[in-house]
Amino acid sequence: MIYRFLEGLGQYFLFLGEVFHKPEHWKEYGKSFFREIELLGFSSIGLVAFISVFMGAVLTIQTAINLGDPFVPDSYIAIAVREGIILEFAPTIVSLILAGKVGSNIASTLGTMRVTEQMDALRVMGINPASYLVLPKIFACLVFNPILITFSMALGLVGGYYAGDFLGLVNTEVYLTGYFDEFDPFYVVYSLTKTFVFAFIIATVSSFFGYNVQGGAVEVGKASTKSVVTMSFSIILFNYILTNLLLQ
Amino acid sequence: MIRVEGLHKSFGEQHVLRGIDVDFYEGQCNLIIGLSGSGKTVFLKSILGLHSVDQGSISFDGRILGEMGKKEMKSLRQEMGMVFQGSALFNSLSIEENVRLPLDFFSDMTLEEKAERVRFCLERVRIEVDSFGKTPAELSGGMQKRVAIARAIVLNPKYLFCDEPNSGLDPETAIVIDQLIHEITHEFGMTTIINTHDMNSVLEIGDHVVLMEQGKKAWEGRMDEVLNSDDTSVVDYVFRSNLFKKLRSALRKS
Repeated sequence: MIYRFLEGLGQYFLFLGEVFHKPEHWKEYGKSFFREIELLGFSSIGLVAFISVFMGAVLTIQTAINLGDPFVPDSYIAIAVREGIILEFAPTIVSLILAGKVGSNIASTLGTMRVTEQMDALRVMGINPASYLVLPKIFACLVFNPILITFSMALGLVGGYYAGDFLGLVNTEVYLTGYFDEFDPFYVVYSLTKTFVFAFIIATVSSFFGYNVQGGAVEVGKASTKSVVTMSFSIILFNYILTNLLLQ
Repeated sequence: MIRVEGLHKSFGEQHVLRGIDVDFYEGQCNLIIGLSGSGKTVFLKSILGLHSVDQGSISFDGRILGEMGKKEMKSLRQEMGMVFQGSALFNSLSIEENVRLPLDFFSDMTLEEKAERVRFCLERVRIEVDSFGKTPAELSGGMQKRVAIARAIVLNPKYLFCDEPNSGLDPETAIVIDQLIHEITHEFGMTTIINTHDMNSVLEIGDHVVLMEQGKKAWEGRMDEVLNSDDTSVVDYVFRSNLFKKLRSALRKS
């Protein structure tokens, strides 16, 4: 098992070597990058918005109920919700959701291209398929995921505020001041650093599994599932490592 | 001319190509025929450089594959066109963009010149202008094959490769595709290599036919020699179907 893991890791780094070859036609890569931004980034906005608003709302409700003490000011509830969203929910949970949505899309797209010989077609033309197909996806994720996560943080906080107001759980004026109390901007830096690493994991791991598919439609499905499982493990593991490194 | 000498290729324990020597001539449709598993596709992909070979050499007008520098190899790639069995068109691109892709990468043409070249190639394979903006999924199998041919010839290649261009097509469309490849080969003086199972293609467009059996060249000749050959490999392969058995006996009687 360890041998298989190390073999897979070695193949993953060799694959990255092939991907990070210097592109010869920047213009074509640029076009592809904008296509990927649209496909992988913009198409996720709705999902991220929906989840963030409701997760913010649920966090506020749970915190308000658990801290339902007249001696605990509502601003404390806001602080707990803010830290929960900025530190963990937006970067980690949304990245896990994106791993499922974007990662499986990347793995199945590349896998299908492999089994339908589209990659061979690129190679015959003299185009490096690893670089041409994967590099724009990596840059699209690195650029757009932090935007999505920032958006998720904002919507989570908005969702929390309106849930508290709508259900009458908090005094909104006090609650709102809590969002700005003792705010440490480094938490946002920490969160976006994690996002950046997770984006790289999502783009490269899913591409690795999709690119190396051999067989037919069944293998494409298997590769997609494997990639989501591996990405989830990697994200959780790196979340622990980065939290240890950055917050201690 | 493409010259193949002593070609061997194995995948693990499986020895797929067992020493093939053959020349493919310019301005001709060179057909590779043989049963499934005889090594045709591996052979074609080896010639294309998609598989590394274990032994032997492949040369393109004297330029030996594997001994060329990066620059030379890149220029050779631009002299190659390939039509894949499943067309291998890019689903995310329109028909026009699919055909233009090699030009975007490898030509210094202006946008207008590219558009003109794409239009010429698509019209040459009889694709209507109103289909240019469609995606591959919106086209029939026969049309996809024609677009794949247009993409393969857009850089004006010297060598054209086709892997089972008729598979999955009805007999009428298959004849259209065969004729198209034949016309283009003669029109542009290309060296064309076609992998096929289709005996109709052999008899219609096979200027030069190579029969493969268990990873080896079993026979080669012209299309008119196929029906009259007494070679056991050819007889075994060609006259498996009752139709051809009857055709052979009728020919012999006449």
